[in-house]
Amino acid sequence: MTRTAIPRKNNGTVRKATPSRYGAGRPGLLWAAPAAVFFGLFAIIPLIMVAVLSFTAWDGLSDPEFVGLANWRTLLDDPLMAKSLWLSVLITALGVIVQTALSILLGVWAAGHQRNRAVLSAIYVVPLLLSIAAVSVLWRALLDPNLGVPAQVPWLFGDGNLFGTQSSAIAVLVFVSTWQFTPLHTLIYQGAARAVPPVLYQAAEIDGAGRVRQFFHVTLPQLRNAIITSTILMVVGGLTTFDTVLILTQGGPGSDTTISAYYMYQKAFKSFDYGSASAIALLLVLVSTLISLIVARLSGYDKMRSTMEGL
Amino acid sequence: MSKSRPNHLAGFGSGLWLLVVGLPLYVMLIATFQSRPDYAANGPLAFPEHLTLDNYIKDLNSGFAQYFLNTVIVTACVVGIVLLLVPPLAYTIVRSRGRIASTVFRLFLLGLAIPSQAVIVPMFFVISEAGLYDNLIGVILPTAAFAMPVCALILTGVMRDITPDLYEAMTVDGASSRRIFFQLVLPLSRSGLATIIVFSALQAWNGFLFPLVLTQSAETKVITLGLYEFQTEHGVDTPGLLAAVVLSMLPILLVYLFARRALVQGLMGVGGK
Repeated sequence: MTRTAIPRKNNGTVRKATPSRYGAGRPGLLWAAPAAVFFGLFAIIPLIMVAVLSFTAWDGLSDPEFVGLANWRTLLDDPLMAKSLWLSVLITALGVIVQTALSILLGVWAAGHQRNRAVLSAIYVVPLLLSIAAVSVLWRALLDPNLGVPAQVPWLFGDGNLFGTQSSAIAVLVFVSTWQFTPLHTLIYQGAARAVPPVLYQAAEIDGAGRVRQFFHVTLPQLRNAIITSTILMVVGGLTTFDTVLILTQGGPGSDTTISAYYMYQKAFKSFDYGSASAIALLLVLVSTLISLIVARLSGYDKMRSTMEGL
Repeated sequence: MSKSRPNHLAGFGSGLWLLVVGLPLYVMLIATFQSRPDYAANGPLAFPEHLTLDNYIKDLNSGFAQYFLNTVIVTACVVGIVLLLVPPLAYTIVRSRGRIASTVFRLFLLGLAIPSQAVIVPMFFVISEAGLYDNLIGVILPTAAFAMPVCALILTGVMRDITPDLYEAMTVDGASSRRIFFQLVLPLSRSGLATIIVFSALQAWNGFLFPLVLTQSAETKVITLGLYEFQTEHGVDTPGLLAAVVLSMLPILLVYLFARRALVQGLMGVGGK
């Protein structure tokens, strides 16, 4: 934090020095310093350390040894790394598609004002309140091949072992995330749908547009910002899914659901290869940061606009 | 929305989703009131003949009470830190026009994209070096840091909606930044403050990775870890396990019932204009 021209303390003297509408009575940067320092210590500095460690070989006991791009080269040749990245992208993409479709429909519907909608939306939120760990444990128990639901409903689940093949294990992971996080995105879309000016619908109705046309030509375009926000949350959440995989599939069968975040955890805390783990971690950060930056630019968050402006 | 005709198709669809959400929760709930042999014999879909609270009692006697207490401590401290640090930060971001303030804001926005997995390796060593391994403080500090970006985002959104005239009026009266903060900004941001309390509490209560890597012993175990280990160690005791899941969500459910409006508004505001 360097010094700036902004007065740190205004002892009433700024009154005369009001150069513009926005000029005076502004807090100094000291106000932000505690939070910035705290965040820097526990998020930014560790992140820099990850970047440095990704160029070292380190078992956690001896001193880290600088090895240049060796970790990156190894990862490039590592078939498991490529597979884990592909799985991360696949599971994320499936999640985004399913959850977006569901939550837009539910959110737009819930934006109406009838009483039963309020009650229903209250129930919909419940999965969101459970921790990822709790939700994963719940579904692991419900889908257990021997004691769970599949054993009782064989016509629906076949042999019942949903964790036995790659496609069904992926389907379970996507389903469980959807089950838990659709409420979150529903709420985002619900808020955005409420903010659509009613005039637009009245105009559309005068033009003779039916409900479906109104949805595609009025509602969807007006949800643009919500779609951006919700998509980034899904992408970052999806790429970094960890608890779900650890508890539901342990990356299996074989390595068939070993997504990158889980692979990183294994590298670090099972194989004690902290250098490679750091490289994977950095890769995850780069990808999710890139996506967030694009989204922040698109959505105008970084321009600090008021949410009240620009109707 | 056109309010003229009810949309039956959409109503049906959302009813279907209600089943998808509600049925598993219902199955979970009835499972927890069955004895283990009953559950094994009848399967998860049968309605129990003999209801019992034994699973809950057993869970609470087997360490979950301690995990509960630990989670409460972690959650309270995280909320405290966030509440102490984020409002002044958001105030500066909204009111300062300097480039540094907007850089700081961008840094926090960037923080939204940093997954906790990304920093877990150095965090493990930093916390160990600091002598905080297997100590709740070692869990609290990073958890609070990672709760801050989303709270900053929510709170700046709320504070931006305070109209400039109000600041100006107070400035003309000769109010200091501190007075403006305590007498104008904080009172007008009450809904935002409630939202960040709920958010940081949720995040702390549900935290998994930091406790997983940064703690070890039963004395420092939090609920999410307790659930995970319960599953790996006594996986066949499904009623007991599910009772623990229900226990883990009870406090959050209570918070939600009280702060529903704040949570929902905060989430809905995220997607706004």
